Amino acid sequence: MGDFIPFLFNGLSISSILLLTAIGLSIVFGMMGVINFAHGEFIMIGCYSSYIVSLVLGSEGSWLTLLLAFILSFILSFGIGYLIERLVIRKLYARPLDSILATWGISLILQQLARNIFGSNNVDAPMPKILSKGWEVTEDITLPFNRIFIILFAVLVCLFVYYFIYKTPKGRILQAVMQNRSMASCIGINTKKADAFTFSFGCGLAGIAGICISMLGSVGPSTGQNYIIDTFLVVILGGIGGLRGTILGALLIGISSPFIENFTTSSMAKVIILSLVLIVLHYKPQGLSPMKDRTID
Amino acid sequence: MKQKIICILVLAVIIILPVFLLSDFRLSILSKFVVFAIVAISVNLLWGYTGVLSLGHGVYFALGGYAMAMYMKLQAQPLPDFMEWSGIETLPWFWKPFQSLPFALAMTVILPVTLALLVGVPLFKSGTKGVYFTIISQAITLIVSILFVGQQGFTGGSNGITGFKGVFGYPIGDPTLIKILYGLAVAVVIAIYFVSKFMLRTHGGVIIQAIRDRETRLRFLGYRTDSFKILTLATSAAMCGVAGALFVPIVGIISPSLMSILMSTEFVIWVAIGGRGTLLGPIIGALVINYAKTSFSESLPEYWWYFYGFLFIAATLIVPKGIVGTLKEKEWFQNRFNKLKTEHE
Repeated sequence: MGDFIPFLFNGLSISSILLLTAIGLSIVFGMMGVINFAHGEFIMIGCYSSYIVSLVLGSEGSWLTLLLAFILSFILSFGIGYLIERLVIRKLYARPLDSILATWGISLILQQLARNIFGSNNVDAPMPKILSKGWEVTEDITLPFNRIFIILFAVLVCLFVYYFIYKTPKGRILQAVMQNRSMASCIGINTKKADAFTFSFGCGLAGIAGICISMLGSVGPSTGQNYIIDTFLVVILGGIGGLRGTILGALLIGISSPFIENFTTSSMAKVIILSLVLIVLHYKPQGLSPMKDRTID
Repeated sequence: MKQKIICILVLAVIIILPVFLLSDFRLSILSKFVVFAIVAISVNLLWGYTGVLSLGHGVYFALGGYAMAMYMKLQAQPLPDFMEWSGIETLPWFWKPFQSLPFALAMTVILPVTLALLVGVPLFKSGTKGVYFTIISQAITLIVSILFVGQQGFTGGSNGITGFKGVFGYPIGDPTLIKILYGLAVAVVIAIYFVSKFMLRTHGGVIIQAIRDRETRLRFLGYRTDSFKILTLATSAAMCGVAGALFVPIVGIISPSLMSILMSTEFVIWVAIGGRGTLLGPIIGALVINYAKTSFSESLPEYWWYFYGFLFIAATLIVPKGIVGTLKEKEWFQNRFNKLKTEHE
């Protein structure tokens, strides 16, 4: 049992990060059919906003700087996301393959921008002192507070997104557009406005995820890139269109990875996980928890 | 008929001129671009004609390259140096057959095709959607490259395999060898061009284009679209493997960076800018963009990434048909084309 807890905790920690990074992507993918390959760069924007806050307020981390970083990251990535939606994405609805290419281009541009502004070296973002300590459960097991914080934060974000999408009027509008775009448009919903909002909202969530990632280590222009593939696997495994699928996908991939890594190398673990995803997709091509609809494309 | 002969003659002159005009260094860069044109044709076959976008073609290219590199490395050293560094004293069993050239050459095609089947069969048979395939293809490339980097002792790790003695009896960098390889690359690109032209004219070729346009209808008509997609993927992977095998003697190195995601997306942009769904487009795209990249990285390396990123956006928003596709649409070109055709008839 004693050996079991660290694995489970590690798994939960990985799951929570995957969930935070995947949730925005899943919303954008599910609702608009746009694959946002620049999603990783919005994570990077989030990472750098916590660095910016530390530049302005000094490198002493505190709860206040953390809060400011969260606010700044959401505003920055929401704003840049909105701009990109207006300029590029707007023209690519219903062309998923083209949206992949265009957002890939955007991602390259954003990475180079980050390199030019912040330099290509990695930077460290501070966090509240207490988070760098850990909770000593037993003599051998110490659970770092920053990982506990991220797990709790991921739960919080999930609850918030759930409440927002399923309980508020605005969220219901988004859901309506997701389920039947033309019908939603017929009853007077401005679908274009809803699209612009969804895309920016998804980007904003990526920015928030970026702050959590900046708590785990130093960040650089290619930080976002490192997460994007895993994030996509989560979304695909879970199935697009719902919160439930994304949570399921993140938990499955996250919790299984430390257990698999336990008896093999980390690169082999990645191979095994991908093979498992392929097998699942073979039996459930729509993912584990797909949205039900009757359309034939 | 006369026009056609003139066209062929002009083309032949364009192909032969660089051999005399360019320095050996430039010529071997040009040969590299020609090899990339082969890759572009293979990506186009899958994306431009079948509508399946793979962002992981780098892996098929690199597998072909590694098979060739293993042969060439064993020619140079009976036990590759990176194996010694990792403390491996005897040649691993799967390296041994690569001592023979025919086996290595066969493997440059067999390895990529096997991987393509491993990926394609479960995904296409279950009817995985287009975008899912794209993302999975990328994930597979990432994972294979992680594997190759991790197994330093067997693959040379992130440095890849280099330090070859030579090939066809010539040392690497020999002027004659550079010319031979250029000729070989051009010959292969022409051969693959005609092979794909022929393939697209067959019944199967028409069906894959129908898959691109409306797969569901084709399934209603009773066609097993999945088998056609698997077949196209395998063909495309085979072509990529051949290109990889040619790449190694020309450049003198194969490393996991060639199966990176960045490289694999580069393949796609050549096709997109050249003109997806046209036969000539990918060749032109590969040559033009690689030329632009080389000149950019010699003068303005900083700005290349902005320009490159913009190319992706341009390829989707401004010129979705690419260079060749847009030219084809132009009326004057169409007229000229028709005139040529009537004269020809």
